[in-house]
Amino acid sequence: MAEKLLNWDEVLIGGAIKDPGNSKQYETGSWRVERPVWNQDTCIQCMFCWVYCPDSSIKVDENGKMTGIDYTFCKGCGICVEQCPTKPKSLKMILEAESKGKTEEELRKEVFSSEK
Amino acid sequence: MALLNELAKKKEGLVNGHRLCPGCTHPVIMRQVFAAADTDKYDIIIAAATGCFEVSSGLYPYTSWNVPWIHSAFENAASTISGIEAMYKVWKRKGRTNKDIRFIALASDGGTYDIGFQALSGAIERGHQFLYICNDNNAYQNTGNQRSSATPFGGSTTTSPNGKIKFGKEQPRKDIVSIIEGHHLPYTAQASPSNWRDLMNKVKKALDVNGPTYLNVIEPCTTGWGFPPNMAIEIAQLAVDTCVWPLYEVINGKVVINYKPKKKLPVTEYLKPQKRFAHLFKKGNEYLIEEFQKQVNAHWEWLLKREECGIEYGTTKE
Repeated sequence: MAEKLLNWDEVLIGGAIKDPGNSKQYETGSWRVERPVWNQDTCIQCMFCWVYCPDSSIKVDENGKMTGIDYTFCKGCGICVEQCPTKPKSLKMILEAESKGKTEEELRKEVFSSEK
Repeated sequence: MALLNELAKKKEGLVNGHRLCPGCTHPVIMRQVFAAADTDKYDIIIAAATGCFEVSSGLYPYTSWNVPWIHSAFENAASTISGIEAMYKVWKRKGRTNKDIRFIALASDGGTYDIGFQALSGAIERGHQFLYICNDNNAYQNTGNQRSSATPFGGSTTTSPNGKIKFGKEQPRKDIVSIIEGHHLPYTAQASPSNWRDLMNKVKKALDVNGPTYLNVIEPCTTGWGFPPNMAIEIAQLAVDTCVWPLYEVINGKVVINYKPKKKLPVTEYLKPQKRFAHLFKKGNEYLIEEFQKQVNAHWEWLLKREECGIEYGTTKE
């Protein structure tokens, strides 16, 4: 949230916002009930998750390759998991509560180890 | 069309942090639009009518847009963009700018089919150069699922509820693409976010037209239609595969169907996962599903015949 609301005489005419894309300061990740976990070993980099993600939460490097999930904004809708074409799926949903206090790597091992 | 890896390198026009529901397809559509637009060549200016997308992506003092974006009232996204476009033309003539700018008006079905219709019709008639994108979520979802003229036959909403006497909306939905087509504009199309390549091609084509263009996009609404958030893209795909939402374009009056399902699924496949159609599956309501199927078939066959005909508008004069 903005730390302090603007006074009436500080607001720009027409309610203009000078700062494009400043909603990045508002983190929507706290909405999440379930979180997707990504397995880079089976991922084929088809980028379907990227094109269908409503919250632009698939992290991409400069080569256009997926590098992970942005948990500060991911709302946990699960579209990426549903659209993942690999078999077995390279993305899986787990409950947010179960992920508390674990690193991404630990979670990945825990979720995907049963399939190996 | 480039591969997705290529497109993923581009700077996003719509950033995260917007407050749309989890699993909402509004941003999916918009991100695909930005991915398709050739932003190296031209800049984009957007006018958005009131609706879910507008209120959740422009919550003062935040904005999720990386491009110039102007909020207008429910009814006048098309008028707003006309004004901006007219000013741009004057500036260009007077030499105040030499930038190449393309214009997009954004609205949902309430702001297109009903409230914004006269503004849209007027803007197309005046021949401004802009692309109008209607994200059709089949009702006034921003205020909590009230019936609009885009609500399909049998759909239950808060103002057309199903009960002992009524079965949801009794009228079929408006065929907006045909209505817009009646303005004889150069390019009109219907698309779905599930078929991203098709949608991107259409956006690319439409932005390059020198004149008004219209794009109707299905926007499955998880809360209003009543399905789990992760199903959104699948519902859009089912709408396409059952021919409830045919993917086609009208170029100078000539119909081109972009996607013909190998096996046309029965409409029940599309209706079943959605809570707003749950009452159609009750005993004694079988006739409603038959009626729904009949309407879908009629429209699909009409489109097929029009495509077969292949007549362009204005070429039969001789």
